Amino acid sequence: MLDAILSGLGLVATLDLRLWEIVGLSLAVSLSAVALATLLGLPLGAAIAVGRFPGRQAVIVVLNALMGLPPVVVGLFVYLLLSRAGPLGELGLLFTPQAMVIAQTVLVLPIIAALARQSVEDAWREYEEQLRSLGVEGVRGAFTVLWDIRFSLLTAVLAGLGRASAEVGAVMIVGGNIDGVTRVMTTTIALETSKGDLPLALGLGMVLIAIVLALNTAAHLVKDAAQRRFG
Amino acid sequence: MGMMLKIFLALLLSTNVLAQQRFITVASTTSTEQSGLFKHLLPMFESKAGFQVRVVALGTGQSLDMGKRGDADVVFVHAKALEEKFVAEGYGVKRFEVMYNDFVLVGPKSDPAKVGGSKDIVAALQKIKAAQAPFASRGDKSGTHFAELQLWKMAGIDIAKDKGPWYRDTGSGMGPTLNAASGMNAYALTDRGTWLSFKNRGELVISVEGDQRLFNQYGVILVNPAKHPHVKKDKGQAFIDWIVSPEGQAAIASYKIGGEQLFFPNAKG
Amino acid sequence: MSAILPLRLEEVSFAAGGRAIIERVSLVLEAGPSSIILGANGAGKSVLMRLMHGLLAPTAGRVAWSGEGARRRQAMVFQRPVMLRRSAIANVTYALEVAGVPAAERERLATDALSEVGLRNVARRPARVLSGGEQQRLALARAWALHPEVLFLDEPTASLDPGATREIETIIKAFDAAGTKIVMSTHSLGQARRLGDEVIFLHQGRVAERAPIDRFFPQPASPEAVAFVKGELPWA
Repeated sequence: MLDAILSGLGLVATLDLRLWEIVGLSLAVSLSAVALATLLGLPLGAAIAVGRFPGRQAVIVVLNALMGLPPVVVGLFVYLLLSRAGPLGELGLLFTPQAMVIAQTVLVLPIIAALARQSVEDAWREYEEQLRSLGVEGVRGAFTVLWDIRFSLLTAVLAGLGRASAEVGAVMIVGGNIDGVTRVMTTTIALETSKGDLPLALGLGMVLIAIVLALNTAAHLVKDAAQRRFG
Repeated sequence: MGMMLKIFLALLLSTNVLAQQRFITVASTTSTEQSGLFKHLLPMFESKAGFQVRVVALGTGQSLDMGKRGDADVVFVHAKALEEKFVAEGYGVKRFEVMYNDFVLVGPKSDPAKVGGSKDIVAALQKIKAAQAPFASRGDKSGTHFAELQLWKMAGIDIAKDKGPWYRDTGSGMGPTLNAASGMNAYALTDRGTWLSFKNRGELVISVEGDQRLFNQYGVILVNPAKHPHVKKDKGQAFIDWIVSPEGQAAIASYKIGGEQLFFPNAKG
Repeated sequence: MSAILPLRLEEVSFAAGGRAIIERVSLVLEAGPSSIILGANGAGKSVLMRLMHGLLAPTAGRVAWSGEGARRRQAMVFQRPVMLRRSAIANVTYALEVAGVPAAERERLATDALSEVGLRNVARRPARVLSGGEQQRLALARAWALHPEVLFLDEPTASLDPGATREIETIIKAFDAAGTKIVMSTHSLGQARRLGDEVIFLHQGRVAERAPIDRFFPQPASPEAVAFVKGELPWA
């Protein structure tokens, strides 16, 4: 096993432009998806946290459940949407990086929204009375709290990023794993594994883990610095 | 809000339409992709043609399905009966034969069913069933799976009924199936191309090869623009024309792994 | 701009979880005297304040302000100040923004308010790193900037040390002098005496007694109040 890891890392270290293209695409797709999902998911979660409407509890339960959406199911669903035979076929988005971003956004959105909902709801308990006393209602209150707890929301965003960068089912189906176009780290690892080239697959796996680790470390440092700055 | 959405979609569409002109989508099989054939062929074609060929490598079944849905411009698979049905049903324009390779039966060095060295695949399968030796099947509606089922039929075995725990249906591509076979020391039917580039052989070796019935024909079909007007028929046809041309055929023949040729061009005329 | 006082509570009740917390309270709060709501823990002081300020809706009865726009012309300071993760001054300008004060004036009004409570020098510091006493002063600055007609204070010094408490009391007196009606709950008799003009004594969700400060101390009329003052009724 150790041999495989070492030879994998060795291969990766000597590897060419191709590898960095794949890494670059992986990051571009997952980061874009997380950015989109954050833009949509934070307000959504905050609105549900602060809002009072019929069926609210059911919405919360469903949102939490959607965190566990299987990537391959999301991929299939988006595939059927984007297929020429499907409703959005005209857009010609299938087998493009854009399709992958869409699929991953769908996958990650519930995670960010659900976690944001929980964080905002917890914080709202602290802020609600004072904000309402000042005359802040509903949506405005949600956004004030959202902004105030922005650094602890990083955790939700990182959870989303973890999910996006780790999944292979969705991007495989909607991207098609096309060499040079829609091949990302996870689909490459899957491909190399299925070709029996385990050392290379392992090496790539290590690179993927290293990248995600680096992103998490960066986020942690940001959070720390912010804590000291803003209290 | 509705206005903005419309503008956004229009922009998306227009930039996409422009981008769309520069490539075609070919639905092919995992065996052709994983053998490395496309990596070898496509640069030669693309530099001549001036546009990109994007290969989505799935199984034969899925590739033909993609063709039916209009998600590909060309299909390039290896299941003659299914391909002919595809054209007959109007999804494809015309089927061209391109090349063939062969299947081989791989199995553990220890050879529990005693089929090593044989040239008779049918007899070998009968022996494997009799010995209840582990056998890994793709089970994924691929060309290879299809071929495997045909061979069981030829051996007089109704595999759907007569299979036992020795028959392992992995439901996956050639690579994962070989991985499974390697891990379980099982026999498996594979195309030579995938086998030659497969790196995780474990104790597997070629047990049976050379039987005429292991001959595996590849065909290429343009998806019917009458059914799917957006199909890039000129570019798609250009690709087909090239691949059956002497130049394309020579390119196929020139692809070797470890000095061994994988695919044998046999386009007609 | 008509005054929002007097505030009328008409047979106001509040129940939660099956328990009656405020029972049929009828009161009129006039402009002028600072009213201290006194009572033991659990008597319902906090709930009564919140009913008056509009943070809770009564389960029966009516809370009626006079005049228009009562919502905007009150402010409340809580036992524990809640500050946003921004600078001290930003917390004040936030409140001004919510109140619709034009951007050009907010900084100036906020700075004045901070000066009033002696926090001018920490204007740019993150509010949450200030001490408890400083944050409570900041809460008062935030209220001051809004120039409310009524200021509710719910046990504002219960979590503070004597030094900080004195500072807070000084500021409350300044509010009073500026014409803001003070409505404050406390269970400190000394504080009531120092800051109040009248006492509204609450016992088990009812107003047991209401009297000007000089009549309540030294001798309350009701037996519950007597027991409270004597120290026998820390819990209702």
